[in-house]
Amino acid sequence: MATGLAFAAGPVTHEAALVGAGEVAGRPGPDGARHAGEAPRRRRPGFAAVGVLGELLMTAGVVVVLFVVWQLWWTDVEAGAVQAGIVSTLVESGPSPVAVVAEPRTEAAPRIEVPPEGTTFALLRVPRWGDGYVMPISEGVGAAVLDRLGIGHYPETAMPGQVGNLALAGHRQGHGRPFYSIEALAPGDALVVESPGAWYVYRVTVSEVVSPGAVEVIAAVPGRPGAVPTTAVITLTTCHPVFSSRERYVVHGVFESWMLKADGMPGVLAPGIIGANESER
Amino acid sequence: MIVYGWLWRHLPGPTALRALLLTLLAVGVVAVCFLWVFPVVAPHLPFEQITVEEAP
Repeated sequence: MATGLAFAAGPVTHEAALVGAGEVAGRPGPDGARHAGEAPRRRRPGFAAVGVLGELLMTAGVVVVLFVVWQLWWTDVEAGAVQAGIVSTLVESGPSPVAVVAEPRTEAAPRIEVPPEGTTFALLRVPRWGDGYVMPISEGVGAAVLDRLGIGHYPETAMPGQVGNLALAGHRQGHGRPFYSIEALAPGDALVVESPGAWYVYRVTVSEVVSPGAVEVIAAVPGRPGAVPTTAVITLTTCHPVFSSRERYVVHGVFESWMLKADGMPGVLAPGIIGANESER
Repeated sequence: MIVYGWLWRHLPGPTALRALLLTLLAVGVVAVCFLWVFPVVAPHLPFEQITVEEAP
């Protein structure tokens, strides 16, 4: 700064400074004041290279911060809007909920056809995660499903209420974070799958942390790949620890009962649904 | 500031216009990152894999 002021003070010194100042010397400007500010930019080439490197590193730092903001905030905003739209469409297009507690049924549950990849076919409601918690379940576990549509259904695994393993994957941070509170699930907690015509109630049995390659957790009989299933179970998978992909957090549950929506709703949802959400629609 | 100084000197107009242009440029860069760059890069980073799958 002091040098700059000195140059600005005398026109002769100013011209002298411009000679050999590289980029500035070749570019005569309209007024002397501008030149006076630029004159002290003369530097040795090595110094300039370090300066450029420093600026690029600072830029890289800003980009990394932007990435974190994108990951933790923007993907939530974007996917949250998509998921809320899907949920409201499904809820509004279906019949109005019957505000009575339906009698649980345990005979063979209504079958849902396996939809094409990327199609939303059910909703997940989990009272432990709040009365307002509802997330769409769509076919497939590719980025197109998990990053936008919410929960993904592992292809080839059982459909809701059917014998075998209903295996679902969901993000734990970003992208609407459907499984954000997965560690809060305790044995006995209800996991309710809602299809256009029926409710399917599962109960959590056990949670575990496994390696990313532990595909046996989504086998038809969890932990025993190849075994022939005789009961209907559910498995949720997400990343662990949160903000990392080092391991997977896995929650298992067993199918308890189902109800037709025309008959009412599951007792586990009744307090929340009648009181808070659905009765307004 | 060499790189950004160069940018500043090559923007046209008075200071207020340059500041506006620089802001628009920054918003544009952030938008490109958010909408196209980060979604492409993210699947290759070890932050958001949530499925169990066979090791490749």
